[in-house]
Amino acid sequence: MSDHIAKAFDVDLHDLNRMVAEMGGLAEKEISDSVQALVRRDSDLARKVIATDPTIDALQLEIEEKSTLTIARRQPMAVDLREIVGALRVANDLERIGDLAKNIAKRVLATASEEFPSQKLIRGLEHMTSLVLSRLKQVLDAYAARDLASALVVWKSDDEIDAMCTSLFRELFTYMLEDPRNITFCIHLMFCAKNIERMGDHATNIAETVHYMIEGHPITGPRPKGDTTTFEMAPARG
Amino acid sequence: MDALVDTERNLTAAAASQVKVVARNVNVHYGDKHALKDVSIDIPANAVTAFIGPSGCGKSTFLRCINRMNDTIPIARVTGAIEIDGQDIYDRRLDVVQLRARVGMVFQKPNPFPKSVYENVAYGPRIHGMAGNKADLDEVVIGSLKRAGLFEEVKDRLNDPGTGLSGGQQQRLCIARAIAVGPEVILMDEPCSALDPIATAKIEELMDELRENFTIVIVTHSMQQAARVSQRTAFFHLGVLVEEGPTEKIFTTPQDRRTQDYITGRFG
Repeated sequence: MSDHIAKAFDVDLHDLNRMVAEMGGLAEKEISDSVQALVRRDSDLARKVIATDPTIDALQLEIEEKSTLTIARRQPMAVDLREIVGALRVANDLERIGDLAKNIAKRVLATASEEFPSQKLIRGLEHMTSLVLSRLKQVLDAYAARDLASALVVWKSDDEIDAMCTSLFRELFTYMLEDPRNITFCIHLMFCAKNIERMGDHATNIAETVHYMIEGHPITGPRPKGDTTTFEMAPARG
Repeated sequence: MDALVDTERNLTAAAASQVKVVARNVNVHYGDKHALKDVSIDIPANAVTAFIGPSGCGKSTFLRCINRMNDTIPIARVTGAIEIDGQDIYDRRLDVVQLRARVGMVFQKPNPFPKSVYENVAYGPRIHGMAGNKADLDEVVIGSLKRAGLFEEVKDRLNDPGTGLSGGQQQRLCIARAIAVGPEVILMDEPCSALDPIATAKIEELMDELRENFTIVIVTHSMQQAARVSQRTAFFHLGVLVEEGPTEKIFTTPQDRRTQDYITGRFG
């Protein structure tokens, strides 16, 4: 939606969208790099992820400033106001995603000298990551295209990621029980898995924001939840 | 606590549902020009209702129907029905002068009489025979100036000419003059368009206070003003009432595309 009488307003909104898209691209890259660093035990890549994070943070600040200025200058109404509030919220979620990826990268550095318990666990984590990445990509596309149906698909599908996280937790418990020497690494992996699962939550937040931007009210009704790790800390079998 | 909140909500709902002015299928023609087309609206009591829309959309025309100001234009023809508290204001037996005492009006440009501050406010009550003696009149004048938030600023110069006040003070003097005759409805036609932001803020604050006792209808070109002061907003376009509803809804999630385009500044 464009063609304001004041062309400069269109430019402001366009700039905001562009910055959010740029942030989204950076966040996606941070996620895949951080997990790659974990899989390949690549400390250099991990350090690169950590070094990228300030760029994302700076973009978020820029979006906040631009939004505040646009609100003060244009006093936007209705759909325009929601555009700006939407950009602010999405930027917030992307910044958090960046932080979570940075945290994974830090854990890669912390576990550089640890024994690697199982490729299978790492593969589970990798699989979860690719799922989160595809969700994030889909929801960022939905944001860019203002595609409500696509955003709702993401919103409804978070339970799959949650379920994977729960099953990974169970597996990690088994390894820890088998050999206490695995504990340090497994705890780190557990946090990594939880971080990835949180990224998925941020993707659903973005889906909610897209809904709000288009419809003007929050999504009502419960979201499917598959994450039971908060309550189910003991292994199911063991 | 919840029960208390509920009670409050019910009271608010009850107050909001009390309709003061009812208009049904109002049409206005100026000669051949069909200026207002089939407007029907309920205006709630003790609330501020804002009319917005581009120039020439009919909002001022409709406002002027509510106290029959269009009667003064020879080529204007009004059809349809407007009732205040169930009484048809276009009834032939109705005294228009009395009606205009019940439905006061404040205009775009402050238009005090070329008389003293005191006389400006005293004029209405005097010609309507509302004050028996000087003491009564003083009470009405001072009370009205106080309610218009002007008394403190003019108490030492009640006998100075009203035209000597600042623009914002003159406009509040006009509001004091309007409320001196004890109206039920106050119509305001862009009351702040000639005022600076501080004077505007004072008038807006005043509207918020006055709505406790009056039904206020305001025509404004400032959407931000409509959003700030009103509880309900009606959007007019090309003589048609396009959309009407709670102000927060009109400015956040308007239902009609024309409303959305107008409030977001997309009108070609």
